[in-house]
Amino acid sequence: MQWETVIGLEIHAQLATRSKIFSGASTAFGAEPNTQACTIDLGLPGVLPVLNQEAVRMAITFGVAIQAEIAPRSVFARKNYFYPDLPKGYQISQFELPIVGKGRVEIELEDGTLKPVGVTRAHLEEDAGKSLHEDFHGMTGVDLNRAGTPLLEIVSEPDMRSAKEAVAYAKKIHQIVQYLGICDGNMQEGSFRCDANVSVRPKGGPLGTRAELKNLNSFRFLERAINIEVERQIDLIEGGGAVVQETRLYDADKDETRSMRSKEEANDYRYFPDPDLLPVELDAGLIESVRAGMPELPDAKRARFARDYGLSSYDAAVLTASKGLADYFELAAKVAGDAKLAANWVMGEFSGALNQAGLALEQSPVSAEQLGGMLLRIVDNTISGKIAKQVFEAMWAGEGSADRIIEARGLKQITDSGAIEAVVDAVLQANPEQVANYRNADEQKRPKMLGFFVGQVMKQSKGKANPQQVNELLLKKL
Amino acid sequence: MHNKSISELAHGLRTGEFTSVELTRVHLDRIASHNPTLNCLVSVCEEGALQEAELADRRLRAGDVGQLAGIPIVHKDIFCTDGVKTSCGSRMLDNFIAPYDAHVVSRLKQAGVVMLGKANMDEFAMGSSNENSFYGPVHNPWQAGAVPGGSSGGSAAAVAARLCVAATGTDTGGSIRQPAAFCGITGLKPTYGRVSRYGMVAFASSLDQGGPMARSAADAAALLQVMAGFDGRDSTSAEQPVPDYSATLNDDLKGLRIGVPKEYLGEGLEAAIADSIQAALGEFVRQGAELVDISLPNTHLGVPTYYVVAPAECSSNLSRFDGVRYGYRCSEPRDLEDLYKRSRGEGFGAEVKRRIMIGTYALSAGYYDAYYLKAQKIRHLISDDFRAAFEQVDVIMGPTAPSTAFGIGEKSADPVTMYLSDIYTIAVNLAGLPGMSVPVRPVNGMPVGLQLIGNYFQEARLLNVAHQLQQATNWHSATPAGFE
Repeated sequence: MQWETVIGLEIHAQLATRSKIFSGASTAFGAEPNTQACTIDLGLPGVLPVLNQEAVRMAITFGVAIQAEIAPRSVFARKNYFYPDLPKGYQISQFELPIVGKGRVEIELEDGTLKPVGVTRAHLEEDAGKSLHEDFHGMTGVDLNRAGTPLLEIVSEPDMRSAKEAVAYAKKIHQIVQYLGICDGNMQEGSFRCDANVSVRPKGGPLGTRAELKNLNSFRFLERAINIEVERQIDLIEGGGAVVQETRLYDADKDETRSMRSKEEANDYRYFPDPDLLPVELDAGLIESVRAGMPELPDAKRARFARDYGLSSYDAAVLTASKGLADYFELAAKVAGDAKLAANWVMGEFSGALNQAGLALEQSPVSAEQLGGMLLRIVDNTISGKIAKQVFEAMWAGEGSADRIIEARGLKQITDSGAIEAVVDAVLQANPEQVANYRNADEQKRPKMLGFFVGQVMKQSKGKANPQQVNELLLKKL
Repeated sequence: MHNKSISELAHGLRTGEFTSVELTRVHLDRIASHNPTLNCLVSVCEEGALQEAELADRRLRAGDVGQLAGIPIVHKDIFCTDGVKTSCGSRMLDNFIAPYDAHVVSRLKQAGVVMLGKANMDEFAMGSSNENSFYGPVHNPWQAGAVPGGSSGGSAAAVAARLCVAATGTDTGGSIRQPAAFCGITGLKPTYGRVSRYGMVAFASSLDQGGPMARSAADAAALLQVMAGFDGRDSTSAEQPVPDYSATLNDDLKGLRIGVPKEYLGEGLEAAIADSIQAALGEFVRQGAELVDISLPNTHLGVPTYYVVAPAECSSNLSRFDGVRYGYRCSEPRDLEDLYKRSRGEGFGAEVKRRIMIGTYALSAGYYDAYYLKAQKIRHLISDDFRAAFEQVDVIMGPTAPSTAFGIGEKSADPVTMYLSDIYTIAVNLAGLPGMSVPVRPVNGMPVGLQLIGNYFQEARLLNVAHQLQQATNWHSATPAGFE
């Protein structure tokens, strides 16, 4: 039997507002427990929610980015259930009328073809707090700092057919929210969380029963969890069993999914419109102003990079993977006046150095202006590409601008033909045997043999002689 | 001193005839002698009140001419008060002290009022008799053994017994107007959104509204003047200018069109009460008003609709009382479920639990459309009845309640009979309109309330109409025996 996998994702993106969605408390990560929870977040009697308009603007921005319908009227509803980290006994979310309706994104498959993936909806809601089960000796601690943090829940259509597609979609959404500046995308801190609805069916058949996978806090775990869940479901069905609708938790340590709760145990959330909040009525002007202020999105930027800078599709994709990297590249290219050279350096030496040091782009010791300034010196022949690597290392070590390093270390390229000629003459004089061999060799072998003399000249000049001039002079004299 | 109106008291305080401390002491003394029998206050803030009175006296000496400066009042115990227990009439909040003032409380505090204490009430404002209080029933000053009405029964009784000059109340289905009627005082439920709900413990958020309870329309106007107005902390608060409520009190009523709904004067209303209402209507006719027969055809749907919407909202609003962060927690919970079940089971009274059950049921999957959604649709029909009526008339009048105050224990065994005591008041909440109750001719020595219903944000008109009645009659100034 040929099986087909069907996957839909629910992504919770934490919106990068400074304060919470219904209160003025800070959303900053990592504070002492319960120091960022005000009376509203604590659910004290009589306090009331007031909607953070910035969260609304961010949701609209996302909707515009995925070409979705923005609801002129959306409604907050209460999702009722009891849990100690849910202070009010209900979560304020959107149910029947979400702010963002149907939209779509395109993902690139491994063979380079593009596949559209539908977004069913995206809605605003508040996060719950955290239950801390360790450190309390048989008790549970509750930290409500996170309670009331704004989330955008993005629900996809069941359009993905493999774990790889699911990852490509998740990465695409991750890229978009970061480009828009509405989410920091930090998966470790939980700013970007994925749940996957996974089912299998005989190819072309009706949809199978799905399991919802939770606790997928990296793209790698997302892929891994889906693959083992698909295997589990196929084994189960082929063994004569049936998949039951349930929520399953992915355990990365054991590399397995296990049942958390079944459909029967699921809560009846008793959704109803929250009477404390008015419906969100958006006027067309606001949506238009968001549309007018939209930043360039990843797909558009990638196409522009390929077109305007003459980069390959692959290079353009690498450089636009994050907005930060794209901005870095563009600034470096502008300063250097050579986009291809900048692209090679940003993807090569620069990214390599970041990786090696384990640094994020924002932590880079070399700014885009600095890198561009150094590249400019390659372009204007002040230094060679090889010397540039030394300069780059020195810049990385914090020795200042490229010009300062070149000056301080005397790395300026020798372009004075008289000076180079003297070195060339000395090298030829010191190696009569090789000169004779060269002259007796046939044309085909000569280029390789020329390398010896170039190497000697560069060595004598400590790498500073202009390689092109060295070549020309050697050819002339030999 | 305790029989004076707010304007008389304000004059006396400004002119130095007496001080706020003296005025406050008079009321504290009355509380000390009468509260043990009436049980209308659950907290008495003697020390705090005297401090506030001293502060008010300083402000008065410094020329603070605010009409409420130095006036002693009580707050219904549903309004959060910084540093003073806010129990909401429940064991659940018997240990709860809010770290903030409700909007209404802070506005009145800024105006210089003196808080004498917190008033007893039906638990979480659920009730029509004040029998559903963890702190026991309140007695009606007009007749020991009779209920004061509810849920703002403590406030109404305290005002009627002259233990305070005025009080705050809240009204979700009649909780200001019905006790005002039973206790012979003047109570106003403003338009939904007129008074901020911030810091008012929620019962049914789409219906709850705070308002003044006082001995006259003029006093109620003075209180509302301070309580009303936009508050950014309540998303349902209205951004409507607040008119000068006192300025229009004396407008004459010539040509006023009074709608009298036939549904309010028919079956179920005691004949003697109908006569009292007619007597009051006659007074308005004498003043030049015109009576118009109208119909509010969906009136009979008010109580059933209310008992879906209000419990549904309360079932969710009261979920926060879970024994985890504050309030009552059962002893030695075995596990989380036990903590929830026993904390809520022991912390809430029977009526509250009944309504949580009804509301939970009404919102459940499979029942939502049949109950909650249907009720919301009927709510629109009820609003439409009023909308149509206000195209013909300026105010609507009828009885506040179908009977006078009944005996403690008389209806408590039968919740539905109890629910029907709010039959005339509930529709006003469902529509979000302002409503008022003013005393008219008593029946067998017990107060009767005339209900005035206005169009949206027409509180000034209601106060004006009520004031004109009170200028021409003295029903509102009757004092229960023993409390003169």
